[in-house]
Amino acid sequence: MIAASVVSAGAMVALGILSVAFLLTVYRVVAGPTLPDRVLALDMLVAIAIGFIAVIAIKTGFTLYIDIAISLGLVGFLATVAFARFILTQAQSNAAERVGAGQNADVIAERWKIRKHKRKKGGR
Amino acid sequence: MDMLWAVIVTALLLSGALFSLIAAIGIVRLPDLYSRMHAASKAGTVGSGLLLLAVGVHSQDMSILARALAGFVFFILTAPIAAHLLARAAHKAGHRLTPPSVRDELLAREQIAVRGYRKKG
Repeated sequence: MIAASVVSAGAMVALGILSVAFLLTVYRVVAGPTLPDRVLALDMLVAIAIGFIAVIAIKTGFTLYIDIAISLGLVGFLATVAFARFILTQAQSNAAERVGAGQNADVIAERWKIRKHKRKKGGR
Repeated sequence: MDMLWAVIVTALLLSGALFSLIAAIGIVRLPDLYSRMHAASKAGTVGSGLLLLAVGVHSQDMSILARALAGFVFFILTAPIAAHLLARAAHKAGHRLTPPSVRDELLAREQIAVRGYRKKG
């Protein structure tokens, strides 16, 4: 009887600590200056949610929650990988746009030169 | 005997929750994406892993303990991969280290590669 109450009290304290951790991480999601910061904080939120699920599994006695925690971890991992790919492709497309804009400027300048050349020829 | 298991489970619960809290404090307090990643991907993984282990020990059932251990191993395997992918993507996207950190070897390597290419060209 005492053992059960010890575990229950420990679970309550753990839930409180996890709530504080969750709130701190949510602050980073909201305030994070860049996109990778927010992605990292979302990854951390998934880890804390897994912790919540584990503590609730102990409190309620439904050990089936472990499977839910594992699948949530899988989804969180895939989400982080997808976000990383997104950041990478966004950076590459931005760089390509910059290069493309530079090439366009070159092309426009060359056309301008050709036009000038033609005009000169015409003038002659 | 019952009390011993309860104390072990409570210790696992509290240490896991404290590891998660340390990771969250690191995410809020550290100055840089890469140093934040250092806090989140290690302490966060150990935090949720210890909580899963607490469920496995609390159930006192081999199959559930094996499932919890499988989840723990899965997190240990995936957290470094996710952190590495994210750090690499952020570095390629142009997010640099902030002043307290002194050395960026990936950036130096990229610059050397670019210079070598220009010399050849």
